[in-house]
Amino acid sequence: MKYPNKELSALPAAPLVFVETLPDEPLVVIEPRTSWLAVDFAELRQYRELLYFLTWRDVKVHYRQAALGVMWAVLQPLLLMAIFTIFYSRLAHVETGGVPYPLFAYAGVVLWTFFANAITSSGNSLVNNVNLITKVYFPRMLVPAAAVMASLLHFAIASVVLIGMMLYYRVAPTPRLLLLPPLVLVTVLFATAVGLWTAALNVKYRDVRLLLPFGVQVWLLASSVIVPSSAVPRQWRWVPLLNPMSAYIEGFRAALFGGPFDGPALIIATTITATTLLAGVAVFRTMERSFADVI
Amino acid sequence: MSSKGKQMIRARGVSKRFRIGARQEPYQTLRDALVEMVRGVLRRRNGDDATTLWALTDVSFDVAPGEVVGVIGRNGAGKSTLLKILTRITEPTRGRVELFGRVGSLLEVGTGFHGELTGRENIYLNGAILGMRRREIDRRFDEIVDFAEVERFLDTPLKHYSSGMWMRLAFAVAAHMDPQILLVDEVLAVGDAAFQQKCLRKMRNVAGEGRTVLFVSHNFEAVASLCTRAILLHHGRAVMDDLPQPTIEMALSQYQMPGRDDFTLQVLRKDDVVPRPRAIELRAAGMDATSAIGYNDEIVATLQLDAPIAEGHTFGFQILTTGGVTIFNSFHRDRAENPPLHPGRTTEVSVRVPARLLPVGSYEAVFACMKPNAESFWMARDIWFEVHDVKGDRNEGMTSKRPGLVSVVLPWDAR
Repeated sequence: MKYPNKELSALPAAPLVFVETLPDEPLVVIEPRTSWLAVDFAELRQYRELLYFLTWRDVKVHYRQAALGVMWAVLQPLLLMAIFTIFYSRLAHVETGGVPYPLFAYAGVVLWTFFANAITSSGNSLVNNVNLITKVYFPRMLVPAAAVMASLLHFAIASVVLIGMMLYYRVAPTPRLLLLPPLVLVTVLFATAVGLWTAALNVKYRDVRLLLPFGVQVWLLASSVIVPSSAVPRQWRWVPLLNPMSAYIEGFRAALFGGPFDGPALIIATTITATTLLAGVAVFRTMERSFADVI
Repeated sequence: MSSKGKQMIRARGVSKRFRIGARQEPYQTLRDALVEMVRGVLRRRNGDDATTLWALTDVSFDVAPGEVVGVIGRNGAGKSTLLKILTRITEPTRGRVELFGRVGSLLEVGTGFHGELTGRENIYLNGAILGMRRREIDRRFDEIVDFAEVERFLDTPLKHYSSGMWMRLAFAVAAHMDPQILLVDEVLAVGDAAFQQKCLRKMRNVAGEGRTVLFVSHNFEAVASLCTRAILLHHGRAVMDDLPQPTIEMALSQYQMPGRDDFTLQVLRKDDVVPRPRAIELRAAGMDATSAIGYNDEIVATLQLDAPIAEGHTFGFQILTTGGVTIFNSFHRDRAENPPLHPGRTTEVSVRVPARLLPVGSYEAVFACMKPNAESFWMARDIWFEVHDVKGDRNEGMTSKRPGLVSVVLPWDAR
């Protein structure tokens, strides 16, 4: 039972020059985390290129081997809009405040499609990236964040048609258009918040995966996509009020077509968004520690 | 041991606790969680009950620049958990690790590769996942492509690559990220012999440049020849930290037979009345259960059941490599001269295996119980044992150290 140790002599001692370059302070400290909310922004910054590459991968893989490719980003909302136009505007009169119904519907559908895609894909993102989670360290939040970013890109493509439709129906933008970017931003934040929740919970409870498609369908009906919230019966008015997506979609239309903003609804919506986001980060960071153990 | 007291890794009191429930189930459902919650309220909360397992307990060590440290120990001793903590894949329950250099690992080779993306795209994606900046990848791109020998297929989706090309590309990216601390898990470094050689060569180069290597291995030979130091883990504790030779000897003396209830029961088809395994024992014939199995021994594997067998029950026995490759399957019914099984009476079966069939190394044994119509079927797995060349004829012992799944002495002829 002799083990040859001859190779050992071939190993030179550490070159002094190299040792000199070693830092006195550790580069990385690994410890059980105590704080829930501690988000390491420096680390997120350091990994920002990974966010870019993950987003880019999601977008590329999404359209690979699809004959119609990027066209799908436009086709999905267009088809939904067509269906809503046929069934709702022809059969029942919808009060849109003077905006042609197809335009009214498309604006709602585009923003809704972004939200639905974002929460669905980020909700499943961690589970679909098991090999990453169990093999290599990086800030886990980047995975659902990249899914939201990819959905945002599809949204941008679909928005081109929106501009075309506004030209066609001769709806001129007003100064209210300036409120569009902040509205899209809060929508993105809300999608990220819900995405963090669903992604983290999905790792432990796969029920989320089954619940998501169903939940998205029901949520659509409560989000003022098909009819404005003013058409909702009085005793049900609190539903769109508690649903930030309803306020954001109506705000989105108001910014595009120059309608009135519902200030109180938007304030409630952003408050709910901020709360959901903070809680989502806390839940994600807490559950993150066991992702690799339970996924 | 270190120059000017500088360290690459400093680990203090590292411990990791797993909830066994969470490890056994692939995932939980909300219903399970609700049931657990109710149970948790009824039962008084206790952090250290039977459902928790300490995979690592209070592990401390320092590693200086240029050291190549082997981490050895049986399966389940905590080696993989230690690696996962050092790579930050999982968080320690207690303790602290300080890393003084960039960590790379040969266990994350090819992580995040996507079949639909081209070779070029995968290089960038994989590099970013391993923590390289885009500019770094730009700079090393040609080197990586050269190393992997895939120039012609750079713009071909990876799904059209052969597994060899896939492997070479993955390794090329990992090898070019210049880690100061390299973590290697032998079990996970899959691939053909040439690829494993490449990994070992890379380890040696890395160490030669004054970087640090942590090498987790079952292979004592590799540890003895490559490492400057070895740490022995046993039941999650670092029981020895010394030169490779004495540590390996300590490990060998500690590698006893598995405990009698050291197995995992896997029920594939249920049947309420089947007998379940109560104890399983592997030992060298004529020796006590604690002595190591040597090359010239006969292994006696004994399965004790908690109840007599029923009509039609029969048994199988299997030995696998650490990589999960079946070396052989044996069934009670294979041989007519075997003493018969008596329904309602038989509570113990045993099988004898000449150890000289198996080259020196670690193996997994599996007992299976089944009915021919497969109404019931279970397997008791994870019965780990080692074959050593600690005694016996030196000449014969040589065959047991050759590479290969089985070791045989064959009659040759010459004319």
